[in-house]
Amino acid sequence: MKPLLPDKNGHYGVFGGQYMPETLMTPLRDLEAAYRRLRRDASFKREVEYYLRHYAGRPTPLYFCKQLSSVLGRGRIYLKREDLLHTGSHKINNALAQGLLARRMGKKRIVAETGAGQHGVATATVCALFGLECHVYMGTEDMERQALNVYRMKLLGARVVPVTSGSRTLKDAMSEAIRDWVTNVKTTYYLLGSVGGPHPYPEMVRDFQTVIGKEARQQVLKIEGRLPKYLVACVGGGSNSIGLFHPFYNDRSVRFLGVEAAGFGLKTGRHSATLVAGRVGVLHGAKSFLLQDKDGQVKIAHSVAAGLDYPGVGPEHAYYRQTGRAQYAAVTDREAIEAFGLLSKTEGIIPALESSHALAYLPKLAKHLKKNDIVIVCLSGRGDKDANTLSHESH
Amino acid sequence: MNRIDATFRKLKKRGRRALIPFVTAGYPGLGATEKIVLGLESAGADVVELGVPFSDPIADGPVIQMSSFEALKKGVTLKDVLGLVGRLRRRTQIPLVAMTYFNPVLQYGPRRFVTDALKAGLDGVIIPDLPPQEEKDFQAEARRKGLAVVLFISPTTPPARARTIAAQARGFIYFVSLVGVTGARRKLPPDLKARLAAAKRIAGETPVCVGFGVSSPKQVRELGRYCDGVIVGSAVVNKIREGLRLKDYAARTAAFVRSLKGTHV
Repeated sequence: MKPLLPDKNGHYGVFGGQYMPETLMTPLRDLEAAYRRLRRDASFKREVEYYLRHYAGRPTPLYFCKQLSSVLGRGRIYLKREDLLHTGSHKINNALAQGLLARRMGKKRIVAETGAGQHGVATATVCALFGLECHVYMGTEDMERQALNVYRMKLLGARVVPVTSGSRTLKDAMSEAIRDWVTNVKTTYYLLGSVGGPHPYPEMVRDFQTVIGKEARQQVLKIEGRLPKYLVACVGGGSNSIGLFHPFYNDRSVRFLGVEAAGFGLKTGRHSATLVAGRVGVLHGAKSFLLQDKDGQVKIAHSVAAGLDYPGVGPEHAYYRQTGRAQYAAVTDREAIEAFGLLSKTEGIIPALESSHALAYLPKLAKHLKKNDIVIVCLSGRGDKDANTLSHESH
Repeated sequence: MNRIDATFRKLKKRGRRALIPFVTAGYPGLGATEKIVLGLESAGADVVELGVPFSDPIADGPVIQMSSFEALKKGVTLKDVLGLVGRLRRRTQIPLVAMTYFNPVLQYGPRRFVTDALKAGLDGVIIPDLPPQEEKDFQAEARRKGLAVVLFISPTTPPARARTIAAQARGFIYFVSLVGVTGARRKLPPDLKARLAAAKRIAGETPVCVGFGVSSPKQVRELGRYCDGVIVGSAVVNKIREGLRLKDYAARTAAFVRSLKGTHV
């Protein structure tokens, strides 16, 4: 039976919670109350559905990859095409819903963090749409890697705030967004992009992303008349994967496979494989798995995919790992880049480097598949933003 | 009796307020911190707050972030800070309170931390990312063994929650002056005095000390009238930074703390 997750204090087993400064306790409680109220509000639900459908482009197709399945030799591979959404990734699902929530709460100023820039672009888009003031924190390292997305955000009217502290990537951008929020909490809504952070964010972002899994479940039943054997998705903070997995939680025959970034290889220590190689810790408001040294200092993550380059992971994933509901693996930068090329050539679809990690696990998974086993891969974003990074790699 | 309680009792009898400077342990080095703390004591500090460096200090402004990263570069760990406390204890009985984020405590082992901290001579702990409702076992254990868990009341804390916090707080209540992160401010919020008075009523016997943004003798003097102690962090760390070149940071911080103390003792 499905456990009630999280519990009323925002815990997923021993994970999750609200490890945050006292100043944010009441704002978090207010946010939770507003969310609980609006979740049951028919007009709010209609509003979210309207924008998801007419603005973002939902439902997204569940596409059968004939060529890719045949190249792999076994299994029937389907892609959940979140890459086709407006702004190019699943991040818009959450940004739209939280933008509407912020508007209903009467907040006019939005802050957000971004790594790859996908969540930043989605947030900037929503702010342009709803007339909200938008500040996106982004590490300078990521700004360089994802220059196109920086340009897009600025074009959309957002202020992109360069973060030069620490590793200058997503983790530091998030710390800086939290500092902004704690300073301007009365006027400001923090639009968090993944299923991490303090309660109620992991629950709220999950709920806004489960549209992925709900649609996929209906679609696969309609097309194939049966459930898939595997769901495969990449895991950075973990929002696209939780969005796909969660609606299948009670379908015990469906196996969940989260794919993390092994970067240069797990043995090199330069990776982002939090669930595969991390330990339990507390960062940015939640207890979960964490890449850290023995003294509890957070390590700098690495991945060729900026969106996976984060040393933490959402607490619900930590719970799935601990209870065995999901399995987690990691693939290297090199393997992800190969998969990036493979999908482009076999299906004419250029995947985001983040999503390429999920695809890169398919050859390993294929060995365990029967010919007709169904696999759904979350194609969480499109790869145009990565063309610049990859054109510098020698092929 | 815990050194913190004894100190506040003594100050109360004399009608005085506590001056609580903060320094990052290991900035610019562990030996330097030892020297600085001893200097602070002779300059009139009543309690010293020792910051434990952390890689992701979300509640801190630029100055304390900088000192924390510098200390981390030297490899300073929570264990090293307890070692420093032990060495200081051979030379001073001033109350020492560690300010640390929770993750280093979690990795050290929360139970082991309580035991080792008390053994080293630490009197209390301030954990900015640990509210009273999380890790209750650890917090209860610390209280039982006599390691004071200092809790925060902030401008956003409603009265009912403030009462719960006051009931659980030990040592003193850390009253956050403003909505924001640590760091010197020229002006403090206009409603601060009224809020402090309200917090004092709720706190009862537990001392209320105000921190965040306090940086000048004038601010210390004004705030001192409405609370039991004043915490000064970033402004002290700034003095250390200013003293790096000539290596006179111990003298500079002591002189600064003396100027703060002079205004309200």
